Amino acid sequence: MDLSVWTQVAPHVPVLLRGFVVNIQLLLGLISLGLAVGVVTALVEVYAPRPVGIAASAYTWFFRGVPEIVLLFLFYFGLSQFGIPVSAFFAAVLALGLRSSAYQAQIFRGAFQSIPHGQMMAARALGLGRLRSIVYVVLPQALRLSLAGWSNEFSSVLKDTTLAWGIGVVEVMRQASYIRARNFTLTLPIYVTVALMFLVLTYVGNLAIGLAERRLRVPGLEGQR
Amino acid sequence: MALLRVEDLHKRYGHEEVLKGVTLAQDAGETKVVIGPSGTGKSTLLRCINRLTEPDRGRVWLEDTEITSRQTDINRVRAKIGFVFQDFNLFTHLTALDNVRLGLVRVRRMPRAAATGRAMAELERVGLAAKADAYPAQLSGGQQQRVSIARALAMDPRLILFDEPTSALDPELIGEVLSVMIQLARDGMTMIVVTHEMGFARSVADEIVFMEGGVIVEQGPPDKMFRSPEVPRTGEFLRKISELYGESQ
Repeated sequence: MDLSVWTQVAPHVPVLLRGFVVNIQLLLGLISLGLAVGVVTALVEVYAPRPVGIAASAYTWFFRGVPEIVLLFLFYFGLSQFGIPVSAFFAAVLALGLRSSAYQAQIFRGAFQSIPHGQMMAARALGLGRLRSIVYVVLPQALRLSLAGWSNEFSSVLKDTTLAWGIGVVEVMRQASYIRARNFTLTLPIYVTVALMFLVLTYVGNLAIGLAERRLRVPGLEGQR
Repeated sequence: MALLRVEDLHKRYGHEEVLKGVTLAQDAGETKVVIGPSGTGKSTLLRCINRLTEPDRGRVWLEDTEITSRQTDINRVRAKIGFVFQDFNLFTHLTALDNVRLGLVRVRRMPRAAATGRAMAELERVGLAAKADAYPAQLSGGQQQRVSIARALAMDPRLILFDEPTSALDPELIGEVLSVMIQLARDGMTMIVVTHEMGFARSVADEIVFMEGGVIVEQGPPDKMFRSPEVPRTGEFLRKISELYGESQ
């Protein structure tokens, strides 16, 4: 193999990076959406009256049960059929974000349930309402306990952003395929470069989460060593 | 007028009626000790007073507020009634200081600096100012229970309910909690204490209430209850419990 192809990648790196920035934007959008909806879904599953809880469970069942690529197509082509025009980027954030929320809800639900009920009672006995007791007592503990599982979800959805390629989002994989179409000899070096970008981002992301985990550590909260 | 009045309180769990009509009155500054075999509704009685458990029937008044009324803002009432749990139930993620401060800041809306001062003063009162920055897991059981008493005291409660405050403690840690409670009683705090500590009952209770089977069997001043109870079952229980737990503090 001609080693010079590796040096030929260099001029294409800025374009790849431009695509990669879109992956990062997708990631930030979907993980925030997933976090917000996931926490609320878990709260509803644990604390809301039964019928509402069942609706939440049905929601997580749906988004955990349908393949991501199918979700992407449903949201991108499906919504426009209802006369709701969505950009590919927005459809991707919505589809992947809601899917992630279902997984995140599982993580948070377990954490909520692991906080001893006595602490909730102690908060109520002080005169805090139910919601405020959850916010000040249960949530800070549950979120800490969730960090380990959450870092797993982070690493997973980070890579899922490449699926947005399927509905035409111009992210790193699409940029890579443009480059490759013009010069097939670059196939391997281009995808190795893309792989490296994800490896670095996964590493940095997990480093940040690990740092947060250590900063937020509290003696006696289980699941943290 | 009594500070707290409980009238004909009933509570049923499934088929079992745990409270079968309990009536009592508590004056300000009074210490009442509730004793009785386990499973006779003592804890349920305490929890029904501030409606941590919703009673099925009966009424509870704190001064002229009917706690059991639907119109009553229960959170406002609860803020005036301290509750000390058997298992302490400190908030795991907060330091001793923050455990005491939470209610001051979030319920009483006290400015942060003032709340800190007040919380420190209460920790001082239970002898734990030096442990202000410790998390519950770094404290012994006795220390945790003292923090939970400080947490209740910080709210300036009209009365404090103690639900077997020393039952989860190793014997050598019971004394430090009891001595805090004895001091409170002597300072004139209004307290209802469910406990098996007969030494405590004898030395600080103004009245002992003997419960069994969901009703009050007999109540009276400690001297009379220990020396000449009117119901034979009272004497029998007191003898048994004194043998089991001793009379020492």
